[in-house]
Amino acid sequence: MRLHEYQAKDVFADAGIPTPESALASSVDEVVAAAEEIGYPVAVKAQVHVGGRGKAGGIKLVDDEDEAREAADSILGMDLKGYHVDRVLVEGAVDFENELYVGITMDRGEGQPVAMVSTKGGVDIEAVAEEDPDAIATEHVDPAFGLHGYQARRAVYDADVPPAIAGDVASVLSTLYDIWGTNDAEDAEINPLMVTGDDEVVAADAVLNIDEDALFRQPDLAELEEESYTDDLERKAGEYGFDYVRLEGNVGIIGNGAGLVMTTLDLVDHYGGEPANFLDVGGGAKAERIANALDMVFSDENVDSVVFNIFGGITRGDEVAKGINEALGAFDEIPKPVVVRLAGTNWEEGMEILNTDLVQVEETLEEAVQRAVANAQEVSA
Amino acid sequence: MSVFVDDDTRVVVQGITGGEGSFHAEQMIEYGTNVVAGAVPGKGGQEVHGVPVYDTVSAAVREEDADASVIFVPPAFAADAVFEALDSDLDLAVAITEGIPVQDMARVNKRLSESDTRLLGPNCPGIITPGETKLGILPGNIFQSGNVGLVSRSGTLTYQVVDNLTKRGIGQTTAIGIGGDPIIGTSFIDALSAFEEDPDTEAVVMCGEIGGEDEEQAAAFIGEHMDTPVAGFIAGRTAPPGKRMGHAGAIVSGSGTGTAQSKIDALNDAGVPVGDTPEEVADHVERFL
Repeated sequence: MRLHEYQAKDVFADAGIPTPESALASSVDEVVAAAEEIGYPVAVKAQVHVGGRGKAGGIKLVDDEDEAREAADSILGMDLKGYHVDRVLVEGAVDFENELYVGITMDRGEGQPVAMVSTKGGVDIEAVAEEDPDAIATEHVDPAFGLHGYQARRAVYDADVPPAIAGDVASVLSTLYDIWGTNDAEDAEINPLMVTGDDEVVAADAVLNIDEDALFRQPDLAELEEESYTDDLERKAGEYGFDYVRLEGNVGIIGNGAGLVMTTLDLVDHYGGEPANFLDVGGGAKAERIANALDMVFSDENVDSVVFNIFGGITRGDEVAKGINEALGAFDEIPKPVVVRLAGTNWEEGMEILNTDLVQVEETLEEAVQRAVANAQEVSA
Repeated sequence: MSVFVDDDTRVVVQGITGGEGSFHAEQMIEYGTNVVAGAVPGKGGQEVHGVPVYDTVSAAVREEDADASVIFVPPAFAADAVFEALDSDLDLAVAITEGIPVQDMARVNKRLSESDTRLLGPNCPGIITPGETKLGILPGNIFQSGNVGLVSRSGTLTYQVVDNLTKRGIGQTTAIGIGGDPIIGTSFIDALSAFEEDPDTEAVVMCGEIGGEDEEQAAAFIGEHMDTPVAGFIAGRTAPPGKRMGHAGAIVSGSGTGTAQSKIDALNDAGVPVGDTPEEVADHVERFL
C-alpha cells in the first residue's frame, strides 16, 4: 500500500525528520489561504500515486496569489497519467543548495533490508542505480539488530556527503530505518533531501510504501487504505477481498492462484485477445465468493466476454459450479458470455451441477481461452 | 529416487488443530504420508485423525522422531512457527502460510543462513514425491510417479503443468513448490541442483513468474552446472509494471526489472526452451525423454 506524500510526511515529521511547513487543500481558495499562512514562495503539489509528477505538470512553484490561483486551477481536477487530482499539498519552498537521496528498501536478492545514501538526489534514483551504481552507498542491515550507528555514518561518508551535514544526514537515515521498521514498510525514501545554505537538511518529498500483509498489526495505517484507492473497481475488489488488477482489454478473467491467473492473462494475449483484468479468487473459495467475482468482472464496462478457469487443489469444483449458477441465475439475460473450465478437485461433481444453459464449457485451458477471445471479438464487432 | 522427501520422511504438522491443518493432515495421511505428530501450543495430549498432538515441535521430535514439519499457522504467528521448526533440529520445514509480513521473513532468512534445516516456502503448495509422500496441499490424484522433476513458484500453475504431463503418461520424481513470496527459503537453484544430482530425474520443468531475479540466476546455474535438460515456463508476460499480481513477489518494478521477457531471454540463452502455453512445455519435455 502506497501512502500519499502528505501522509508519509506526517509520519516522517512525527519521527523528528525536518519537513517544510505544509497544508492539504482541495480548492483554489484553500490553496491561496494555505499559501498566505505559510508565506510565499510555496510549491503546489498534486497528491496522486504517480512518479515524475513535476515533469507531468503536477507540481508548480508559485511566488504570489495570482500564480497560486493559476497553479491550483490547473492542477486540481487535472488527469495526471490516468489519475484524477482532487487534493494538493501546499508547501513552503525550500531555498536549497544541494539535493541528496536517502532510502531504505528490502533487497529481495539478499533477503535483507538495505539502507542507501547518494549525493545525486532530486532525480530518478533507479536511473542513477542503472547508470552510475557507485554513486549510491549501500549498507545491508541485519533486521534482528537494526541499522547500527556506524553503518549509517559509513553510508554517509562512502557517499561523499559534505562533512558539515554528515552527522545530520546519518541521523535522518537512522530515523528513516526506524520508521521503515516500526511501520512494516517495503520502501521508505526521501528524494530529495534538500540541503540549505545554512547547512540544514529538509525532507522535500516523502515515500512510504507499506507491506499489505502487515496491515493486521498496523491499524492506524490500515485506516489510510481507503484514501489510497484510485479506482472504483479496485475499491470494490478491496471490499470483496480479492487480488485484483484492472487492465485495458475486454476479456474478463477469473481464476484461482496467482500463477495460473497470470498464465490465463498471457494466453488471452497469446491467442489475440486483450485481458481486462487479473482476478484471483484465492484458495478454497465457496459459492458466494465465486458469485462476487462474477459481479466484479461484470461491473467493468470494458468487459465483453469472461473466462472462468479453476484448477482445484483446495478449491472444489462443486462449490465453483454452485456459485456460477447462483450468480448467473439471478439475471434475466446473461450480460456477457461466460466460458468455464473446471479441473482438479471435484471437477466431475462440478460439471454435473453446472447449468450449461448459462455458460459455455471447455475442457482445457487453451480451448477455454480461445473461445473467450472469439466471444469478445464477436461482441465488440 | 526422489528429492528432499520420500517414504521415510516423518512429518509433524504445526497447526494441526486448525481448519486448514486438520483438513490437509487428513489428506496427507490418505495419500500415504507418514504423519507422526501434530504440534499446537496448549493442545498437547489431544489426538487429530489418530495422530498425537504435542505442545511444542521439540516434543514431537523427541517423542516421535519427526524430521520434517508442515506449517499451517496464521500469518501473525507463522514466523514464530518457522523459528520453532528451525530450532528443533528438523531436516525440512514446509511453510504453506500465505501473507507473512516480509520483515518477519527477513528475520527468518538471517537465521536460515545459520541453520541446517531446509525451509520450503512460505506461500507455497508444498512438495510431493508421487506414490510415496506429500507435504502440503497439492492434490495427490493428478500426480504420477515417473522421471520428471518439477519446480515452481506457483501452486495452481504447477497443477496445470503436471496435469498436462500426466495426461501424456509422463510422471514425476518430485514436484516442489518454492512459493510466491519475495523472500523464500529454498530457491530455484537449490531445487535444480538437487534434481541434477538425482539419478532418476531425466528432465526438469521450471515454472517461474515475474518479479525479482531468481529465474535469471537459475538460468545462469543451468547453463553452467546442469546436464539434465530443463524446459521452462514464465507467467506474467502481460503484467503491467508496479502492480502486485496476486503473489507478494510477483511484481515488475517501475524501472522495468523482473519482467517476463528478461527471464525468458535468460533461460533461452542458457539453452532452456520456454513454452508459450503449458501444453508447449509438455511438448518440450516429451522431446527430452
